[in-house]
Amino acid sequence: MNTIKTDLFITLPEITVLCMAMVILILDLYLSKKNRLLIYGLAQLTLFAAAYLVFTTHTPLIEFAYSNMFIDDTLSDVLKMATLIGSSVMLVYTRHYMQLRNMFSGDYYGLLLFATVGMMVMISGQNMLTIYVGLELLSLCVYAMVALDRDNPKATEAAMKYFVLGALASGMLLYGMSMIYGMTGSLDVSTIADVLVESRSHSPVLALGLVFIVAGLAFKFGAVPFHMWVPDVYQGSPTAITILIGSVPKFAGFAMAMRLLIQGLYPLVDDWQNMFLMMAVLSITIGNITAIAQTNIKRMLAYSTISHIGFLLLGLMSASLNGFASSMFYVCAYVMMSLAGFGMILVLSRKGHEAEKLDDLKGLNKRSPWTAFLMLITMFSMAGVPPTIGFYAKFAVLQSALQAGYVPVVIFAVLMAVIGAFYYLRVIKIMYFDEPESMVAIAAPLDMRLILSLNALALLLVGLMPQWLMNLSAKAILQTLQ
Amino acid sequence: MFNNHILSLAIWVPILAGMLVLLVGNDNRACLTRWVSLVGGLLAFLVTLPLYTNFDTAQTAFQFQEGFHWIPAFNINYHLGVDGFSVPLVLLTSFTTVIAIIASWEVIQKGIAQYMAAFLIMSGLMIGVFTALDSILYYVFWEAMLIPMFLVIGIWGGPNRVYATIKFFLYTLLGSLLMLVAFIYLFHRTGSFSIVDYYNLPLTLNEQIYIFIAFFMAFAVKIPMWPVHTWLPDAHVEAPTAGSVVLAAIMLKLGGYSFLRFAMPIAPDASHHLSNIMIGLSLIAILYIALVALVQKDMKKLIAYSSISHMGFVTLGFFLFSQLGLEGAVVQMISHGFISAAMFLCVGVLYDRMHSRQIADYGGVANKMPMFAAFAVLFAMANSGLPGTSGFVGEFMVILASVKFDFWVAFVAATTLIFGASYTLWMIKRVFYGDVANKNVSALKDLTKREFMLLTVLALFTLGLGIYPDLITELTQTTSAQFLNHMATSKLPVAGM
Repeated sequence: MNTIKTDLFITLPEITVLCMAMVILILDLYLSKKNRLLIYGLAQLTLFAAAYLVFTTHTPLIEFAYSNMFIDDTLSDVLKMATLIGSSVMLVYTRHYMQLRNMFSGDYYGLLLFATVGMMVMISGQNMLTIYVGLELLSLCVYAMVALDRDNPKATEAAMKYFVLGALASGMLLYGMSMIYGMTGSLDVSTIADVLVESRSHSPVLALGLVFIVAGLAFKFGAVPFHMWVPDVYQGSPTAITILIGSVPKFAGFAMAMRLLIQGLYPLVDDWQNMFLMMAVLSITIGNITAIAQTNIKRMLAYSTISHIGFLLLGLMSASLNGFASSMFYVCAYVMMSLAGFGMILVLSRKGHEAEKLDDLKGLNKRSPWTAFLMLITMFSMAGVPPTIGFYAKFAVLQSALQAGYVPVVIFAVLMAVIGAFYYLRVIKIMYFDEPESMVAIAAPLDMRLILSLNALALLLVGLMPQWLMNLSAKAILQTLQ
Repeated sequence: MFNNHILSLAIWVPILAGMLVLLVGNDNRACLTRWVSLVGGLLAFLVTLPLYTNFDTAQTAFQFQEGFHWIPAFNINYHLGVDGFSVPLVLLTSFTTVIAIIASWEVIQKGIAQYMAAFLIMSGLMIGVFTALDSILYYVFWEAMLIPMFLVIGIWGGPNRVYATIKFFLYTLLGSLLMLVAFIYLFHRTGSFSIVDYYNLPLTLNEQIYIFIAFFMAFAVKIPMWPVHTWLPDAHVEAPTAGSVVLAAIMLKLGGYSFLRFAMPIAPDASHHLSNIMIGLSLIAILYIALVALVQKDMKKLIAYSSISHMGFVTLGFFLFSQLGLEGAVVQMISHGFISAAMFLCVGVLYDRMHSRQIADYGGVANKMPMFAAFAVLFAMANSGLPGTSGFVGEFMVILASVKFDFWVAFVAATTLIFGASYTLWMIKRVFYGDVANKNVSALKDLTKREFMLLTVLALFTLGLGIYPDLITELTQTTSAQFLNHMATSKLPVAGM
């Protein structure tokens, strides 16, 4: 057993973020509106400090804390680093937007840090309870953040919808967990796996529990047929919150799938593989086809997310080391792309103007060739056109599915990717081939534009050198599943 | 040392030049932008010349090979190399890019830097396609090349450009993604993405047929073969002149080249098995598309259809499986590169002056532009296969080869000499001869120095290749002999293994 000291040491990054979240909430009470920038700086500092701690406390060994409730392996370290960096990038993108809309307050930063803790706990959860607590911490913060702009009826509606459906999904997840607990007598992920391997039982309760867990997970991912909330919430939330829902939590979602289904319920792989197959195919189909009809960028990106999640599930569905590593690569690529995509909407929004419609992008190449070029890279990356990272993500996932023998599914996914390419191309068409409606200069602050440029260029550069990220994913997955 | 990196230079010099143009150029410094682009293009062309002079025509292996491990996780390598099929095409690419830059000199007034950069970058990517020996590297170049062309047609194109460019992109993407599936399948069979490994992989006939079909979808769209050709007339009509030149002179050749590099040697048994269908499709392209060309009212559309018809000879030559047919097809690819480029430039010359491509708007142009008319007639003759021009050599070789194969195939193929002459010369007659048709035509001025120079260079190449086709056949001889050798060996797994 660990001593308390080692337990605390292993969870140091989480504890840091948690404490700082509380400090920020208290500090906010004593700061005048002018000095709020301090809170922003403090939040950034917290994320960097946590990332530094994750990096320095990394060991090549797997460590457990709090009686195996909490795991610290390469997978968790990589995903936590990614989450923290992603959150920090997100903060840069949203600062200006929040300032202009009177939402620049300690609440936002406090909630965001709490949500980050939630994600980190999910990533390291080795016990169903830990995972659930992490998930709830994340979800509750996000519900509140969607409603942060409380006089905005659309946002309130989105928050309500998100909360009701999210609570339902949490309930399903918890119900499924309780059934698994009933059948195996444990909440510990690795014990569950051992018991299942030994007993080889296939009782209906176990299957039902699995179905509930997969349903809850699919809801959090936004996979079809549990996707109904995604477009509405993406569209209704303030863009600064949409970027949060649509990007970094996917790391935590991926980790949750890894811990629950692959580490814990792998003995039931034959059952969940088919469920994942169905969800993947449906998500890719519905996501891509419905996106064509959208005129609102946020809604279009919501459907695009659904289709990306379909590809992600395709990798998990392959149920091989190769497939899991491909999925992890995909989730990293996806978060980078979605940060860039939503970041672009934030850059184009200005005081009193939400750049929400596709028409707001009209003639962007004439207004600002560089911004248009960054969006071009992002769109081609989402469409999966080489030499961007999006291509390698799709390539890795497709090859793992092909290796698992799903040739028709792969061909189908590829055809759907062509349909997907159409609406990404339409965005490029609007930016490059149409005349601008107004020539208002882009008024985003320098730091935001700089980070956005780096973000979008990274899509291209990692695309030229995808090796290290692929290796990192493969290494992390291999260590966790050994 | 230099020889070891010549292919990388051929790829990256134009791409870097393109980026430089993007950096230094803008519309206020138009002159500088143009000159930087031209110097970049010329430099990129000079870099490719040693491929021709240092090429060892007796060697069967790939030459100028270079490479490093790019993505070891999937055994993907940055592996380049050329053989007799790719060298002429690489040279054609870098040459055509220079032509395209000069052809757009004064024509493009808005977004000059982006326009020139698109052509330079596209040139590097296309050379990448011709030289890649790793299928994923090839695929990356193949797809990336679509992006600049998509923008060129979409930004600087005609009124219906958006429809045309999206159609162009999606058609190509659909085919290519199926090819990607084939690559991944082959990867799981061999554990590598190296094209050379695929050549030696035994495959059952069923596997070969599926793989062949996947490749066929990608390449037939690009060539384009009937019935997936419909994107080409749209793209050509809407593209700016230089865009049409690159599209016709190089992009179509990518499809032809890829048949030789992938579909046929990887699936030789399937190629033999399906050769009748392929010959049938080629004959439809040659005959039916020629008839379609005959009734076109738009000059660019007419030349676009004539391109499809001429590319029919290329695929016909491939699937006859004879040395003569194969070499004829390669010569035809290069020759068509020069002739179609020249034809599109000629239309561009008229379009810049009159802003119309309709044949009916012209008449008696020869009275006002005698020098231009001389060039136009020369290229029209070459397009219809007049002996002494390069257009004759390729078509004649393929027809000779098809006579040995089957008389009726040769008969249908040879009708092109009649129809090709009809649609080209009838257009020439209506545009150039007769009385001056209207006021606009009477106001026409003859060629500028720049246009004269461009057309002269192309005319020299067309005639040179027609009189001395050995320039190309001596490069391809060894490679095609070895290719046919490979094609004659069955790859079906030996029973009992």
